[in-house]
Amino acid sequence: MTADPRYHRGPMAQAQSPESSLIHARGLTKRFGDFTAVDAIDFDVAPGEAFGFLGPNGAGKTSTMRMIGCVSPKTEGTLTVLGMEPATYGPLIRARIGVVPQEDTLDQEMTVRDNLVIYGRYFNLPRAEARRRADQLLDFVQLTERAESSVEPLSGGMKRRLTIARSLINEPSLLLLDEPTTGLDPQARHLLWDRLYRLKQRGTTLVLTTHYMDEAEQLCDRLVVMDKARIVAGGSPRELIDQYSSREVLELRFASDIVESLDGQLEQLLDGRAERVERLPDRVLVYAADGEAAAVAVHAAGLRPESSLVRRSTLEDVFLRLTGRSLIE
Amino acid sequence: MTVLSRVSSPFAFGSGRARFLIERNVYVYRRTYMTLVSGFFEPLFYLLAMGFGLGVLVGQVPGPDGRDISYTVFIAPALLAASAMNGAIYDSTFNVFFKLNYEKVYNAVLATPLGVGDVALGEIIWALIRGQLYAIGFMGVVLLLGLMPSAWGLLAVPASVLLGFAAAGLGMAATSFMKTWQDLDLVQLVVLPVFLFSGTFYPLSVYPEPLRTIVQFSPLYRGTDLIRRLMTGALDPVMLLDLGYLALLGMVGLAIVSRRLDKLLLK
Repeated sequence: MTADPRYHRGPMAQAQSPESSLIHARGLTKRFGDFTAVDAIDFDVAPGEAFGFLGPNGAGKTSTMRMIGCVSPKTEGTLTVLGMEPATYGPLIRARIGVVPQEDTLDQEMTVRDNLVIYGRYFNLPRAEARRRADQLLDFVQLTERAESSVEPLSGGMKRRLTIARSLINEPSLLLLDEPTTGLDPQARHLLWDRLYRLKQRGTTLVLTTHYMDEAEQLCDRLVVMDKARIVAGGSPRELIDQYSSREVLELRFASDIVESLDGQLEQLLDGRAERVERLPDRVLVYAADGEAAAVAVHAAGLRPESSLVRRSTLEDVFLRLTGRSLIE
Repeated sequence: MTVLSRVSSPFAFGSGRARFLIERNVYVYRRTYMTLVSGFFEPLFYLLAMGFGLGVLVGQVPGPDGRDISYTVFIAPALLAASAMNGAIYDSTFNVFFKLNYEKVYNAVLATPLGVGDVALGEIIWALIRGQLYAIGFMGVVLLLGLMPSAWGLLAVPASVLLGFAAAGLGMAATSFMKTWQDLDLVQLVVLPVFLFSGTFYPLSVYPEPLRTIVQFSPLYRGTDLIRRLMTGALDPVMLLDLGYLALLGMVGLAIVSRRLDKLLLK
C-alpha cells in the first residue's frame, strides 16, 4: 500500500496536470439533460491526503465521485486522475484505484471470501495472489470468521467492511469512498473510521463524501463544502471553522411561545458579545468568542431558556453559515 | 499487467478481460450446479415423446436433401439446436435481469478495468457455454441411440455455438430493455413459438408461401437447418447462409448490449 512513484507518470501527465496532484479538476461539470449535477468545480487532491466532499444529499458529491472513478463521463471542464484523462485511460485508471460505492454491490451469489477473490481476478491478479490478498484483507476488516458465509446474512457494518476490503484488493494508491458510513450504528462507524485511518497512515490517498460533519472532522485533512452542485468553501476543518464560524456556540432552547417574542431582542441584548445569531426551528444558536459570557448576558436580561449549552464550533456551523441550512434535515 | 497496459475504448471486445466474468459465473455455478441439470432433460423428453412415441405413427419423412429418414432422426438435430438455444436464453435473460437490476453485479464490475464491452462479451459467451453443455449432453444421447447417419454430424456441436451466440446476444439485448419481471414473461412468449414453429417437428414445406419466408428468419430455423444437414449428411451451400446469418445476429446482439449497458450504467 505504499505510494507508487509511477502514478505520476501517466501518459497525459506532462500536458494535463500538475505533477503533485493525484486528482486535478478545473471547471468540472456534469449535466443530466437540463439538470446540472456538478457546476464548474475546481479542486486538487495531493498524494497521501484525506480529502472530503461535505454536503447534503443532492449536492453533487456522488456525481463527482463517479466522474473520478471513470464510470461517468464529464460534460465539460478538465479532469485528470493519476495524471490521466478518464475518457481515454479509464481502464488504466480504474486498475489503480479502489471504489467503495454508496450502495453495496457485493456479489450475493458467492461467499465472503470468493467476493474478494473474484474481484481480484477482475484486476488480473493470479488466482493464488488473489486468495492470499483476500485472506489478508479479511483479517484487516475483521471478517475472517465469516469467510465462508454468504453475503446476505451479514450486518450493514460487515457489508461495508467487506466492500472496503474488496476495494483494496488491487492495492490502490487512491481510494474513493462514497458515504462510507451512512446508515451504520456508532460502533460500526468507529470501527470503520479506525480502518480508514490505518490506510491513511500507510500512505493511501482517501477521497470521501459525507454528510456527517463529525466524519469529515475525524477523517479529512482537507475538504470542500458542496451545495447545489457548487463548491462553496474549502480548507482544513480547522481553517473552515476559524474562517466561517466563531470559536464557541451558545445553543439556547426556549418554550415555543416565547420564541416569537424574541425577534431582534437577542441581537440587541447580546450586542458586542455575539458575532451572529441563528434561529433554527428547535433552537437558537448564538455565535460568540466567549459563549459563557453570552449565556450570562442572556440570563441577566431576564430571559429563561429551557436549556442552554456552550460548545465549540463544528463544520455543521460552517455549513449553516455558508448555505443558511442545516446539513441533515 | 499486459492486459491492463493496453489502452482501449470502452466498447473494445479484444481486451481479454471478458474471461474474468466467465470465471465469475463458474464460481457461482460451482456451488449451484444442480440448477444446470434440468435444462438437459427437456429436449430429451421431447425426443422420447415425439420421436419414439409420435414417430411410430409418422414413420419416414423426407430429409433436407429429399431422401427419406426416420422421424426420430429428423427431429433429433432440431432438439440439439433447441438445447443450445434454450441454455443460452436461460442465462442471458432471467439471470442477466437479476444481475443487472437487483444484484448490481455489473456496477461493481465496471469499477474495475473491465468495460461494458467486456461485460457484454463475457455474459454472452457464458450464456452460450451453458447452451453448449446441453448440446453436448444431447449429442451423447444421439450417439447412444444411433440417431446420426452421417459423421459430418460431429460438427453439429461446434456449429451450435453460433446459434447459442445469436440466442444469447438477442436474449441479453432484449433483457437490457426490460424494466419489470412481468416484461420477462415476453421471453417465454417468444421462445415457445420459435421452438415449435422453426421446422423443429416438420419440414418447412408444410407452410404456405408467406409463412415459409417468415420462418426462414428464425434463428432456430437457421440453426436447425445447419445442424440437420450436418447430422444427415445433406451438405449444401445454403449452410453458409445459415452460418453467416447466425453470426450476424450474435454481433448485432453484442453491439446492442454494449450500447445499452453504457447507457444504463455509465451515465
